[in-house]
Amino acid sequence: MRTYRDEGVVLRTHKLGEADRIVTLLTREHGVVRAVAKGVRRTSSKFGARLEPFMHVDLQLHVGRNLDIVTQVEMIGPYARAIVADYAMYTSGTVMLETAERLVDEREASLQQFRLLAGGVRSLAAGEHAPSLVLDSYLLRALAIAGWAPSFSECARCGAPGPHHSFAVALGGSVCLRCRPPGAASPAPETVTLLAALLAGDWEVADASQERHRREASGLVAAYSQFHLERRLRSLPHVERV
Amino acid sequence: MYEGAVQDLIDELGRLPGVGPKSAQRIAFHLLAADPDEVKRLVDALTEVKNKVRFCERCGNVAQDELCRVCLDPRRSDATICVVEEPKDVVAIERTREFRGRYHVLGGAINPIAGVGPDDLRIAGLMSRLQDGTVTEVILATDPNVEGEATATYLARLLVPMGITVSRLASGLPVGGDLEYADEVTLGRAFEGRRRISA
Repeated sequence: MRTYRDEGVVLRTHKLGEADRIVTLLTREHGVVRAVAKGVRRTSSKFGARLEPFMHVDLQLHVGRNLDIVTQVEMIGPYARAIVADYAMYTSGTVMLETAERLVDEREASLQQFRLLAGGVRSLAAGEHAPSLVLDSYLLRALAIAGWAPSFSECARCGAPGPHHSFAVALGGSVCLRCRPPGAASPAPETVTLLAALLAGDWEVADASQERHRREASGLVAAYSQFHLERRLRSLPHVERV
Repeated sequence: MYEGAVQDLIDELGRLPGVGPKSAQRIAFHLLAADPDEVKRLVDALTEVKNKVRFCERCGNVAQDELCRVCLDPRRSDATICVVEEPKDVVAIERTREFRGRYHVLGGAINPIAGVGPDDLRIAGLMSRLQDGTVTEVILATDPNVEGEATATYLARLLVPMGITVSRLASGLPVGGDLEYADEVTLGRAFEGRRRISA
């Protein structure tokens, strides 16, 4: 019997049969893993609430033919409870989970993506920053790890030093006047500063930003994410920005 | 592969939830060997359920007429509405014989990853039932999982400002279970919801 142990964040669950669930996790060492949690929907289940989305857990899995089987679970971070108690946190968090599933392949370990998601979910649950800021920061950094780092200082096309006042999603961020394609956005300079702070994790600047700049930044991050992920994120239209 | 009709039956049965290819084959051969009257009763039941059963216009529960059995019952209290996700949750609560109010079936829970938002649920119908002031308490009985809890959070935020008493089903240890096997979240909620025992 081949078993392995890993740490993971639960991304989503699907009902399976009478009382089972298929649990999708982003793990530290095995990338995205889909596994069956037997009997988890019964009130007497030994897994209880540990295999709910947003939970950070330590697991033991048995290698199955198609799907692995969860045999043991220990809690590392019970983040779901705090997140579901705040609707804005919940909707932001679901976008983070969906993005992580989209960016990491099954069985392809990505330690950076795992650390980013686990840290992002922890920060969201702790209420350290506005949920929309945590989400936008997560999206920018997750895309950067995946190879689509946006540029907010130099021109994304010719590399001319900035700051620049145009933002072109398809070209990869801020662009100079010469490279500016038709239809490029012209965000406020404060919005570009906020975006750079969110990408760098400069929370002092991000937390001090104004609501209108946050809204503008969220729109650009959403457009940038959708463009590079190619398929639309189903959870993104449901995000509540307060 | 079997001959035409048998294979068609196996294929159709195999599309039912929880029925795999082996089970579909077993059920098909059971029906093949069964008494024709028995099979006719099953066929009639299936036809009838599709023709007659619909959703209650008021609460969304399964019904044979415009309104369901619970909404038509004059002995039930109009002051309390219990909000559930699915019609099967109504049956589960009815089995307890503890609740004598009305129900409201949302038709699911908010699940953004699956593309289900508040507008996809029967929330507008619930809000219109609360307009005339008859209802004084809403019990949120959505599932105690992430989607159910988030739905309850969303509804509570809409209902509390209306001055209605909003309550949530208690969570905690299952009756007959062992404390040592309870997970941290469930045990934590059991502590939070502990009640005083007066002598």
